[in-house]
Amino acid sequence: MSIFSEVPQAPPVAVFKLTADFREDSHPQKVNLGVGAYRTDECQPWVLPVVKKVERLIVEDSSLNHEYLPILGLPEFRSASSKVALGDDSPAIKENRVGAVQALGGTGALRIGGEFLRRWYNGTNNTATPIYVSAPTWENHNAVFADAGFKDIRPYHYWDGAKKGLDISGLLDDLEKAPEASVFVLHACAHNPTGTDPTQDEWKQIAEVMKRRNLFVFFDSAYQGFASGSLDKDAWAIRYFVSEGFELFVAQSFSKNFGLYNERVGNLTVVAKDNENLTRILSQMEKIVRTTWSNPPSQGARIVSKTLNCPELFAEWYVGNVKTMADRVLLMRDQLKAKLQALGTPGTWDHITQQIGMFSFTGLNPKQVEYMIKEKHVYLMASGRINMCGLTSKNIDYVAQSIHDTVTSVQ
Amino acid sequence: GHDLTSPPMGPPDPILGVSEAFKKDSNPKKMNLGVGAYRDDQGKPFVLSCVRKAEALISAKQMDKEYLGITGLADFNKSCAKLALGADSEVLKSGRNITVQTISGTGSLRIGANFLSRFHGGPRDVYLPKPSWGNHTPIFKDAGMTLKAYRYYDPATCGFDHSGALEDISKIPEQSVIMLHACAHNPTGVDPRPEQWKEISDLVKKRNLLVFFDMAYQGFASGDIDKDAWAVRYFIEQGHNIVLSQSFAKNMGLYGERVGGFTVVCNDAEEAKRVESQLKILIRPIYSNPPMNGARIASTILNTPELYSVWLGEVHGMANRIIKMREQLEAGLKKEGSTRDWQHVIDQIGMFCFTGLKPEQVERLTKEFSVYMTKDGRISMAGVTSGNVGYLAAGIHAVTK
Repeated sequence: MSIFSEVPQAPPVAVFKLTADFREDSHPQKVNLGVGAYRTDECQPWVLPVVKKVERLIVEDSSLNHEYLPILGLPEFRSASSKVALGDDSPAIKENRVGAVQALGGTGALRIGGEFLRRWYNGTNNTATPIYVSAPTWENHNAVFADAGFKDIRPYHYWDGAKKGLDISGLLDDLEKAPEASVFVLHACAHNPTGTDPTQDEWKQIAEVMKRRNLFVFFDSAYQGFASGSLDKDAWAIRYFVSEGFELFVAQSFSKNFGLYNERVGNLTVVAKDNENLTRILSQMEKIVRTTWSNPPSQGARIVSKTLNCPELFAEWYVGNVKTMADRVLLMRDQLKAKLQALGTPGTWDHITQQIGMFSFTGLNPKQVEYMIKEKHVYLMASGRINMCGLTSKNIDYVAQSIHDTVTSVQ
Repeated sequence: GHDLTSPPMGPPDPILGVSEAFKKDSNPKKMNLGVGAYRDDQGKPFVLSCVRKAEALISAKQMDKEYLGITGLADFNKSCAKLALGADSEVLKSGRNITVQTISGTGSLRIGANFLSRFHGGPRDVYLPKPSWGNHTPIFKDAGMTLKAYRYYDPATCGFDHSGALEDISKIPEQSVIMLHACAHNPTGVDPRPEQWKEISDLVKKRNLLVFFDMAYQGFASGDIDKDAWAVRYFIEQGHNIVLSQSFAKNMGLYGERVGGFTVVCNDAEEAKRVESQLKILIRPIYSNPPMNGARIASTILNTPELYSVWLGEVHGMANRIIKMREQLEAGLKKEGSTRDWQHVIDQIGMFCFTGLKPEQVERLTKEFSVYMTKDGRISMAGVTSGNVGYLAAGIHAVTK
């Protein structure tokens, strides 16, 4: 009798199941608007030219070896990454109260941050601290904080389906009513899955309540640069909160803005009250890292570090490659909206261009989504989320027509 | 207020902390015998030529950087399992194992610990050999298991406490988890002999224990891949459905690339599929999916015949250098005039040597000779070279005479 005979079959992760189904589909016009990875206009993955260049430099550098990184990661990577989020001239950095933990992607940064908060925030090992995630949010947020030990993970109002925008009053109301010390996971920009971000004024309102009510700020920043094309613009909310004196965490991912998905490059930036606290915090972060992965992988961090720390490479990355990606997404947004309007598709489609980043919450309901997949072979998430990067000049007409047919046939 | 200012300062990591202290020392004769990373006879890190060749091949292919699946690179997983279990393993033929790519050995142990914590219906106790790798305890603790120990190292002989181990194992409650180091035990370098492994296997079977093998040094111990995996393969042949952690940090020198595997040997392929689905649920909220680079290098080496044979030669070379240093250290101590028995330096195997030095002696060795090692008397033989072995012998003799 096996010890594991009672292990139940777990359901597949939805977004990967979608891609698996897409792969099996033989329809000639099939389109995959599921998984969140950038695609070129030929619908191909894109290794950034600057990444190719830097990788070559690394392979050819015989002075480099494969020794362990320090527990907290590559120092030059950590500091450069935090600078990207907080700004080169960040007062918090100048005051020596910013530190970082190199992590395995944005997920790893969230998990290490979550583990730390569960052990050391709002008491010791306080698993009852409420963790608030947006409704909806990236589906893995719930599991990350649950597996970090938190027992009370709650939604905060975010998406207003009726007005197809941010439910700011619901959000502010949740902030007012949340128990003190609650943790709020905020998407720094390009909200996943809705693509709907607070305006600067709305961010100010959010910050005011959070400060007054002593709520903890945990930013998830997976699309800096990718959203608007501007690193500063996409980090505005983070920098505003820092300037308002918050101690906070930022889980950064370089999967999208560097196209380094499979190298797992992330960074947990910690903004603490002062250097003394920062030192103690990082010492405890080391303990958590040591029992999770000991020390992080080297390759991706080297690529990002080399790029960020060299002015010419940085420019090539930022002005060249990042802009290319952001511009293509913006173009697809413009064109999709225009085509839907030209078709006279019922409903308003302004949200397509108002939303920002990789994703758009189309507003299609589950029945309509099923129709899109089964009848049109256009694959999207049950929530109605589409990945704009899956659109190309070759398939956008078909997709627009499919949405039109769906909305007019299925209520 | 509700801020981050509560945590106390964490104590420095006992193993990695040694390297920190070493860096600060200005003595030109200083030796770092702390962390277990291989060094060549010039004391330099060694990048295997099969690794460089694999990297060149990979670079030429210009592959994309799309996410791996949660369980990692399939080619790597297959060859990782094959390396441990043997190409003709019945387990592989029947597909009743699930092997997933992990973040080196630590990540593998953690996934395993989390999996057992969630699904193992037996007692929550994990029995570690005494002593064991320092990081085993916090890994299992953080996963929600409790730690117990069975006798392993005999300080009187600096060897294996066979009768003590059997006596303790015979008392372990049924269905508990027992951790076994497959080869090159860390930190002692003391491995059971094959006939002793057989007795352990029989007893473990009688006690109905779940075996968790930690194999971080396959190839590195004896220089022979198959010899070092003998215990793992024997246990499987004897009917134990083991769980296994593998690391490629040392045997491929891929330390910082974080290459490892976690295997569960199940009753059949159907059970393996169920277990796989649950491992994915565990892994995704930690890091979503594993890093490509190291796994791609390892897979290329394992699956390209010319590179595979280069690798076997280089692993053999590393193991041989260690063995030679052991012999030179023992000879050096004799030459210094030590009257103590240092046979264990040669009998022990793998990267580490449990010298038998007491904490006060270790402290003296560090303070007076700038020889850095962990307080338990463990030295990493990889840090010993033909250039400094004499100095080391002199220092050890000085603090033990």
